[in-house]
Amino acid sequence: MEKDKQTIEDNTEESKIIVSEEKKRELVVPGEIVASGSAFLPGENTQKEGDDIIATRFGLLDKEGRLVKVIPLSGIYLPRNGNIVIGKVEDITFNGWLMNINSPYKAFLPISECQGFIRKGEDLSTIFAIGDMVIAQVIAVKAKGVDLTTRDRGLHKIDNGLTIAINSSKVPRVIGKQGSMVSMIKQETGCSIVVGQNGVVWIRGDEIEKELLAKEAINLITEKSFTDGLTDKVQAFLESKRK
Amino acid sequence: MTYTKRFDGRKFDETRQIEAKVGVIPRADGSAYFAFGDTKAIAAVYGPRPLHPVFLQNPEKGIIRVYYDMLSFSVNERKKPGPARRSMEISYVTKKALEPIINLSAFPNTVTDIFINVIQANASTRCAGINAASMALAQAGIPMTDLVGSVSVGYVGGAIATDVIKEEEDYEEDGEKMVSDIAMAFLLRSQKLSLLQLDGKIDSENLKKAIEAAKKACSKIYEAQKKALKELK
Amino acid sequence: MEISELTKRRILDYLEKGKRFDKRSPFEYRDLSIELNYSKNAEGSARVKVGGTEVVAGVKLSVGKPYTDSPNSGVLVTTTELSPMASEKFEPGPPAIFSVELARIVDRGIRESGFIEFEKLAVKEGELVWMINLDIYPINDAGNLIDVSAIAAVAALSQAVFPKLEEDKVLFGELTSKKLPLTDKMPLSSTFYKIGRHFILDPTTEEEEASEARLTLAISTDKKEDFINALQKGGEKPFTIEETGNIIDNAFKSYKKLKELFNKEMKKK
Repeated sequence: MEKDKQTIEDNTEESKIIVSEEKKRELVVPGEIVASGSAFLPGENTQKEGDDIIATRFGLLDKEGRLVKVIPLSGIYLPRNGNIVIGKVEDITFNGWLMNINSPYKAFLPISECQGFIRKGEDLSTIFAIGDMVIAQVIAVKAKGVDLTTRDRGLHKIDNGLTIAINSSKVPRVIGKQGSMVSMIKQETGCSIVVGQNGVVWIRGDEIEKELLAKEAINLITEKSFTDGLTDKVQAFLESKRK
Repeated sequence: MTYTKRFDGRKFDETRQIEAKVGVIPRADGSAYFAFGDTKAIAAVYGPRPLHPVFLQNPEKGIIRVYYDMLSFSVNERKKPGPARRSMEISYVTKKALEPIINLSAFPNTVTDIFINVIQANASTRCAGINAASMALAQAGIPMTDLVGSVSVGYVGGAIATDVIKEEEDYEEDGEKMVSDIAMAFLLRSQKLSLLQLDGKIDSENLKKAIEAAKKACSKIYEAQKKALKELK
Repeated sequence: MEISELTKRRILDYLEKGKRFDKRSPFEYRDLSIELNYSKNAEGSARVKVGGTEVVAGVKLSVGKPYTDSPNSGVLVTTTELSPMASEKFEPGPPAIFSVELARIVDRGIRESGFIEFEKLAVKEGELVWMINLDIYPINDAGNLIDVSAIAAVAALSQAVFPKLEEDKVLFGELTSKKLPLTDKMPLSSTFYKIGRHFILDPTTEEEEASEARLTLAISTDKKEDFINALQKGGEKPFTIEETGNIIDNAFKSYKKLKELFNKEMKKK
């Protein structure tokens, strides 16, 4: 499905980080020395302190060749250009919609970035009303907020199913290597699932039970994101519920 | 030196039993519990989140706010709920103790709120609070360059005593108070002081000894904090 | 982020089938655990968890002048503090109205039940009586703060002991083994939350956000019969008379069940 392809493509960067998803990783705390000497380079969530590289965030240590980084498992969502997000309309101005994307920064969807033709003076709430959930894409990140678009395919208002909010740093785990985890859940539950980079997930199935099953599987991933062999565990869980 | 044996039988460089747990308040972005024996504190972190009113915002980095309070029944004589000057001061020095390690330059115009509540008090409450807050901030995914450990050291009846209890705070000799109570916090990896408060009467040599004793105790605290964070499954 | 209208609709759809997201039945409570004497400087304290919701209550005793209209009666003052640590919705500063409402609901339930024998709290008739300060602190809000706070209050009062009194002055920090004069009238509250045309007890945060109204009934037992001691309606939407009648009937049933769960937990201590 188009919308899933969008999500997966946008997440290849993230899935590279989890490329060795099942490798045992060490939890490190801020300030902890994670590497020493000039052989290593400080990557994300680390910094150099003299000869050492220290972690600057609580998370899983990842050493890929010379690059040392820390994969966070907590923390708020920091929007990045190109991210697919699911937001909630909170306010309507004369030229667009203000959205809550589960981040300390407000997001704005201008009329110019909306799909379709909007007549001048048209009541914007007929397109997106307050409280509506919308799949959108981040097109600009500014000091005080981000700009969104719904122009492309797969970006639209959500009108059924349910949404849940998970911590955005768990999103790569929920999606999995090249989308393998989320595909598995979709297959086992028969639901369509869109995982926003901001941690908001849309689940739609033909029965509520199936939606709740997908929800449970996702919650299992967020709870056990520290463990290895997670894909197998989730698969086993879903299989056990098949009966 | 008149104080030769501690009231609770501890060695002079020994802290009370330390208990540290992370994630005790699931609704918060980060939370932790820390206890020195009978002194128990919990901390919760929310943020970074939007900051209002706008004039409080810092366009260069996110700010932190600290709210330290004691539950009314955490002390022998009930503490009336509501702001108290002591709590305001402790909130302020706690903020100063934590600020050096926090880096919120990636989150301009936001605030990260840190709430500390003392559940049960037997001296060193601000220290327990700082230790809990440090873990809570880490769990919340706040960019930090270090953890902070805090402990109080007393100069009691001529002896340097680590992690004083209330009885030691009130120690008297011939009706005269013979205690200096020194609260300290260290940035644990870099071993720098970010909290230093004293009240009492002490000479410079013993003060330096007290600081050394605190540094030693803080390495134990660091181990407890690290363990609690790494036990998060 | 608060739940979306979509999820609210799903909660309602599922309730139409008599089901809840966490597989509980509409009037089922989550797991209850009670820890007594949680804070040792208090004369009595309890930490109660119902599912993920955690509330801590403490009792502090002191002596003071009685109210002029009840010269031989002890005094109970109930306070709640909604610490912002428990929920991102609670703000620092002066008490929000829900904080006041919560304290007053819990207070009325206890007071009107006759659980505390106030007339046994006089030290010097007309001059000096015991004052009970019951302070309630939600620690983690995962839904249903009212009922959990009421449980914590009763548990703390049940465990409380008098401090030593010397020449009409309390020796703080020195406890006796004498418990408060309590009856077995066990006041507990059941707060029903309305979602569409359905009612549930002990909502999760999601369910609370999906609900439009609530009705709290504080019930206690007197000589083998149960009575309603306090009622409080909250929320935006109104109830029909029929709905109210239904809730009342169910409240007595749920009170019995809750009392059983409470006693079972307390017996473990």
